[in-house]
Amino acid sequence: MSEATVADTRRLNSKPQDLTDAYGPPSNFLEIDVYDPQTIGVGRNRFTTYEVRMKTNLPIFKLKESCVRRRYSDFEWLKNELERDSKIVVPPLPGKALKRQLPFRGDEGIFEESFIEERRAGLEQFINRIAGHPLAQNERCLHMFLQEESIDRNYIPGKV
Amino acid sequence: MSFFGFGQTAEIDIVLSDAETRKKAEHKTEDGKKDKYFLFYDGETVSGKVNVTLKTPGKRLEHNGIKIEFVGQIELYYDRGNHHEFVSLVKDLARPGELSQSQTFDFEFTHVEKPYESYTGQNVKLRYFLRATISRRLNDISKEMDIVVQTLCTYPEVNSSIKMEVGIEDCLHIEFEYNKSKYHLRDVIVGKIYFLLVRIKIKHMEIDIIKRETTGTGPSVYHENDTIAKYEIMDGAPVRGESIPIRLFLAGYELTPTMRDINKKFSVRYYLNLVLIDEEERRYFKQQEITLWRKGDIVRSMSQQATIATQRYEGSNSASAQAKEESN
Repeated sequence: MSEATVADTRRLNSKPQDLTDAYGPPSNFLEIDVYDPQTIGVGRNRFTTYEVRMKTNLPIFKLKESCVRRRYSDFEWLKNELERDSKIVVPPLPGKALKRQLPFRGDEGIFEESFIEERRAGLEQFINRIAGHPLAQNERCLHMFLQEESIDRNYIPGKV
Repeated sequence: MSFFGFGQTAEIDIVLSDAETRKKAEHKTEDGKKDKYFLFYDGETVSGKVNVTLKTPGKRLEHNGIKIEFVGQIELYYDRGNHHEFVSLVKDLARPGELSQSQTFDFEFTHVEKPYESYTGQNVKLRYFLRATISRRLNDISKEMDIVVQTLCTYPEVNSSIKMEVGIEDCLHIEFEYNKSKYHLRDVIVGKIYFLLVRIKIKHMEIDIIKRETTGTGPSVYHENDTIAKYEIMDGAPVRGESIPIRLFLAGYELTPTMRDINKKFSVRYYLNLVLIDEEERRYFKQQEITLWRKGDIVRSMSQQATIATQRYEGSNSASAQAKEESN
């Protein structure tokens, strides 16, 4: 090989891309919305639930579309399960707002509209972040949280 | 250093015989400053003169011998007291006696072996220097002159490309390719990343050059990693079948040749780190070692360089035009 001072910077050859791959739907479609907060119950026994709607084309999820109702403690349950069973650093949840649950407040406490909206946004960010994690996608607790009607707290933890 | 102004002292000055013609090279000192030193290669003769100038005219300088040394040594910062000398040559310039006037001594170290390149790093330093010493009963007078040594190589006979398929099962599969495994310091890394499966939401991709300096042996090995360069090669989300080209010019970065197990004291190795970052700032990476070497300079004229470049691109254009015709 002759010694040349000018470096060869031509691109390496590559296979031309299949047009169906280039213009088709991407393989990484995953969208989760947390919306429609509903406060149910009366007086001291009130709590807020949120609709968690998921649309995806990832083969690891059994259902391509799912819609479930979850409350804040369900999200806490999911966070704890993942922290215990997987090696993931789990992102933070929006706050527990214990102060808001004390009596003699001027406002509605944890049922205040602005607080619910703040919490909804935080929960949406949390679930999107965790559902996209390749290691979290292997955990049964995540699939149960997103796609099963209700959470069976006596389930057997494990990998999918 | 003179005691209370009594006695005689002298100044030493070392001058190389080819100081006018020899090239100088820039080298970073321990505190980060850049200085210029005379550049030598392995096998070259180191010769010159040692000028001894008496400070107080008329007084004599008694001494126990004048000598000059050529030293190549490795100094580990955590063990400053111990210098590991791998080259140590001495020439006696004067037997014990006295100097009645300033004097100049010639010296020559013929065809000196300089097996390693000068290196100043985070935890270790390898340097070459001349040291002229006037031995005296109470205190010696000495002067050091550092030089820089570079080790040159020719094009390696075998220089295979690096090509590998890596990924996370069912999530991300890529095939990366770098055109060579050994690059000279002003080379260009030409490569590509081919996406086979993309089930995560990638935001961008970069390639980093990491320098790892390893000092110590056995249980007390210490690695110091330094990211020399970060170069973004893709912004946005790729899909299956997409090919992202890499073209990274090394001349813009402060690199040294790869140094493996120098005198069994330290190593300096370089790695390419391919990093993919997804929408949630998660990082997926693959590190691959490359060998860097120093090429000797061949000076070609600008027109010669232009001709080589044109021939290359014209050749490849006509080849791809031919391929298009054949496929139609």
